[in-house]
Amino acid sequence: MATQERVGTKRIVVGAHYGTFDFIVQRCTAVIMAIYTLVLFFGVLFTSGMGFESWQNLFTFHVGVVPVGQLLATLAFISLTWHAWIGVRDIWMDYVKPAGIRLLLQVLTVLWLVGSIVYFAKVLWSL
Amino acid sequence: MSDSASKPRPQFRNISVPQIMSYRLPLAGKSSILHRVSGALLFLCLPLVIVPLFALSVTSPETYASIAEWVSNPLCKLVLLVLIWGYLHHFCAGIRYLILDLHIGMDKVSAQKSAGLVFGVSLALTLVFGLKLFGVW
Repeated sequence: MATQERVGTKRIVVGAHYGTFDFIVQRCTAVIMAIYTLVLFFGVLFTSGMGFESWQNLFTFHVGVVPVGQLLATLAFISLTWHAWIGVRDIWMDYVKPAGIRLLLQVLTVLWLVGSIVYFAKVLWSL
Repeated sequence: MSDSASKPRPQFRNISVPQIMSYRLPLAGKSSILHRVSGALLFLCLPLVIVPLFALSVTSPETYASIAEWVSNPLCKLVLLVLIWGYLHHFCAGIRYLILDLHIGMDKVSAQKSAGLVFGVSLALTLVFGLKLFGVW
């Protein structure tokens, strides 16, 4: 096992490899948010007479019976919170060494983000 | 436990605040720490400012119009401007990281140049949105 997982000549990689998974998730969610940012940006830029109606329409438009605007916003928001979870957890892991305090901060982070998702979903899906 | 064949790396703990302030980071280092700071800021403001503001903007024509009132407060303007900068810096620095992940621009000179570009683009866009926010046009 160890010989297969040797990186270079010095370092032996061990563990569950969830770091690699999080690394990839962090980048995929970033790309999703970047694309959605550009979609919104050009949506605003190319709408003549931007006002409440057309702004709301960016988040409520349907294609047939499918609420595409709401789906895209929800997917982008879930990407955002997943991305934020990995980023903020990295901050705690870098600066907070005592396991108890770190765990507490991580739990609070999850509550903060899940609360944000529910809040956002309520606003968006009651339109 | 992580198993390393190399010697234990030296650790520098308890660096004091004046030391951090006088520690001269290269441009890429400044972009990196500001990437973290802006990310943390956006995280903290997400349910406090960003989602409530989104709610006002999409709920009804009345709540949409109430944002203009809210923004007329200079303190709110400042908060919004900082968040705009935070988003733009995080966005630009993030795209630089994605490009670096593709092993493009890895050498020292181009990495310094792209870090400069991150500051140039994000600050210029902040200025544009800031002028718009302060109603210059």
